[in-house]
Amino acid sequence: MVITADKQQVTAKDYKSEQKSTWCAGCGDFGILSAVQTALVNAGVAPWQVLLVAGIGCGSKLPDYINASGYMTLHGRGVTIASGAHLANTDLLVIAITGDGDGFGIGVGHAIHNMRRNMDIVHLLENNEVYGLTKGQYSPTSKRGFKTSTSPEGAIEFAVNPAALAITSGATLVARSYSGDPKHAAQMIQLGMEHKGYALIEILQTCPTYNKIQNNEWYKANSYKIEEELPNYDARDLSQAFNLCISDDSRYPLGVIYVNNERPTYAEQVPALQDNPKALVNHSLVLNESTMDKLKSVYV
Amino acid sequence: MEQKHKISIKIAGAAGQGVESGGQGLTKALKRGGLNVFGVSDYMSLIKGGHNFYQITVCDEQVHTFTEKYHIVVCFDHQNVQENIVHCNELHPGGFFIVDDAVTLKPELEQAVQANQAILCRMPLARLATEIGGSKIMMNTVALGGVAGLLKLPFEVLDNVVRENFAKKSQELADKNSQVVKSGYEWAQANFGTQFKFDLKYPQAAEAIKGHLLINGNDAIAFGSYAAGCRFVSAYPMTPGTSVFEWFTKQNKQIGAVTKHTEDEIAAVCMAIGAAQVGVRSMTSTSGGGFCLMVEALGLAGMTEVGVVVVNAMRGGPSTGLPTRTEQADLLFAIHASHGEFPRIVLTPGTIEQCYEAGVKAHNMAEKYQTPVIILTDQLLAAEFRNTDPASFPLPTIDRGKLLTTEQLESLETYRRYEFSADGISPRALQGHPKAVFAPATDEHDETGHITEDAENRIKMMDKRMQKLEGARAEISGPDFFGPENADLTLLVWGSTYGAAREAVEEHNASGKASKINLLHFYELWPFPIEATMKQIKKCKFTFNLEQNYTAQFAKLLRMETGLEPNQTFCKYDGRPIMAEEILEQVEKIFSQKLVTA
Repeated sequence: MVITADKQQVTAKDYKSEQKSTWCAGCGDFGILSAVQTALVNAGVAPWQVLLVAGIGCGSKLPDYINASGYMTLHGRGVTIASGAHLANTDLLVIAITGDGDGFGIGVGHAIHNMRRNMDIVHLLENNEVYGLTKGQYSPTSKRGFKTSTSPEGAIEFAVNPAALAITSGATLVARSYSGDPKHAAQMIQLGMEHKGYALIEILQTCPTYNKIQNNEWYKANSYKIEEELPNYDARDLSQAFNLCISDDSRYPLGVIYVNNERPTYAEQVPALQDNPKALVNHSLVLNESTMDKLKSVYV
Repeated sequence: MEQKHKISIKIAGAAGQGVESGGQGLTKALKRGGLNVFGVSDYMSLIKGGHNFYQITVCDEQVHTFTEKYHIVVCFDHQNVQENIVHCNELHPGGFFIVDDAVTLKPELEQAVQANQAILCRMPLARLATEIGGSKIMMNTVALGGVAGLLKLPFEVLDNVVRENFAKKSQELADKNSQVVKSGYEWAQANFGTQFKFDLKYPQAAEAIKGHLLINGNDAIAFGSYAAGCRFVSAYPMTPGTSVFEWFTKQNKQIGAVTKHTEDEIAAVCMAIGAAQVGVRSMTSTSGGGFCLMVEALGLAGMTEVGVVVVNAMRGGPSTGLPTRTEQADLLFAIHASHGEFPRIVLTPGTIEQCYEAGVKAHNMAEKYQTPVIILTDQLLAAEFRNTDPASFPLPTIDRGKLLTTEQLESLETYRRYEFSADGISPRALQGHPKAVFAPATDEHDETGHITEDAENRIKMMDKRMQKLEGARAEISGPDFFGPENADLTLLVWGSTYGAAREAVEEHNASGKASKINLLHFYELWPFPIEATMKQIKKCKFTFNLEQNYTAQFAKLLRMETGLEPNQTFCKYDGRPIMAEEILEQVEKIFSQKLVTA
């Protein structure tokens, strides 16, 4: 969202939580947590101005480990709950946090529909291509052939391509980073926070317990920065963006893949939010007798 | 008690022929003529064709349901006339069967009319529509005029309603339809006026009734919800729950309510929960199938203590079932839906007034007890129109419970979202304030909202949440009583069955029989009003439970909560509402079998 509130003087300390994390040693979630904190601090957003709405999964415990407002909800439903909260209070910076199974397996319908609405939220996708909390099953983003307890002979399906799906579904910012580079990840997340409209920020993530192949070294070897390798790349060009997503190069491009600053957000077009500049939560609940009479008059 | 002076009318036709709009127009006109009315449509799950009808009961006293027998049946379409001899058998002796004069009737049909001592009224529906209006489509308007002519409804009253209805489309259409309705009105009076023997006794209180609202159950729920401050409604269309949502959507800008047609029912309830979590009164409306999809999220609201309102307008189930028909088979499901245990409130209104009240109460209780509230209505109540005193739609008091003001919040040292308290309700602060930084978890959590599996905390948190049920129980109304004290038999009904039961009680007691009956109507069922119910039922000589499901769910609930059992139960599950006539028949059976003696 366009952050209109005055920039707050915040430091990483403000976001520090005493809560002990339950993540495995070496989990990519640590990098993501640190990137989220950095992005919030750099954007000048205070812990009470944000709402971190998570689904269920390892990474969805993030709001428990940061001192910020949040809501840890249901597997697959974070995006829709985040959208409801956003429409009810457009002053909050709403960030939906999902894993790959959460956001693009069980919750893929909600993701697509809120993308096409251009709901003004950040969708932080923590993509480790595996189910961690249920102890190592293949996920919708797992590569074909990935062997797990539920795909012992290797996954048969094609993997979901979240970025390509987001671009074609109407998300207006699609960017990618990876958990081993928290500084870059923080930049991408901050771009998402400051973007007006649906921002899908995919953070590729290591899972040292259940995805042993795709460790930090693997990601370093299998990814590249768009700005470094493709200096003429124009992220505003939809077809370039889509082609990049489906390119034969098996390496992951990192950086801003697609951006569209033209489309209005959903909330901007909601009739009931146009006449009253205040967020819906601050509208009056109380009617007067004349409004009551008017509402009754159609039934006489 | 005197028998009521009632006239019943059925308008039948194919979908798309204006059965519903015509029926509603006539109902409105009769109400404006000063009569008490009850109107309800019966329709099939299709857009065009099929066989639909609109049923109207007009009365000089308040009327609570429709009837099995009719004084006038009008059939618009030829196909339906031929295929629905059944309508002839629904006529009272002396009743009118109105058909288009161009239709060649099957001999069986004519015989059936005669056998019922009814009168066949061949009316030039198509001819008048074409000659005067220029289109056969206005047949329904001709018929409307005909019926009003027979009922001697002052023509201006009908004309005004017709003009109002069509003026929305165009002035030309309004003028044409006005001429057409007049032709029907005059034709019926000139040709059949003297043969129609049923007179309506125009009541003294005509002026009062003219100002009554002609509103259906779903609109009343929506109205009540809005009046109580509901400003966010997200839903996925599903008959017969959709019209609650559409009440908001059609005027969302004017009333300042955010409405969202979502991708599915899971999103519908989740968006509403998201909005409620940050402080907006929110709701969703659906029917059984959609409610099934919302069940997991109901637990989310229960666990994280978010007040959200869910309207489930029941229809015939399971699965797709009978999409446009009525049933009361979701009661136990609504009370138990979702895994684990958490407090919830279930309201089961049975009248238009109670629908409004339920809309108000649901939002107040949802926020006060910070837990989901379900309004269980059904297809009959959703679609039934009855004239209702506008005074029964008062400006409500909005009770936000322990919602902290900014000042209260700022005066606190630290804020804990799930602070333990004697009544189980924690003071609530809204996110978006420096003092209200917390992140509730659907995992078991401590007072701050943080995830914990600690056993001692678990017990305290469960106790805290469930304790709220006791506070809520004190606010739940016991059964409504109607009829004479010390009756020989008491009808036990819940939800929309009230209307038929009420008519049955009035009719039975006015019939001069030695026996007397009364009724208890349950309209708020969870947490179950144990004390009030036991007190009332213990006074009963013989209880006769009636409900619209196979397994007698209310009777089960009653036994579960009070150990009491109805003396007799009648279950109906054909998708059609329980009728007053049916109740009277069943009651007669009970008396004649001497199961109870007067």
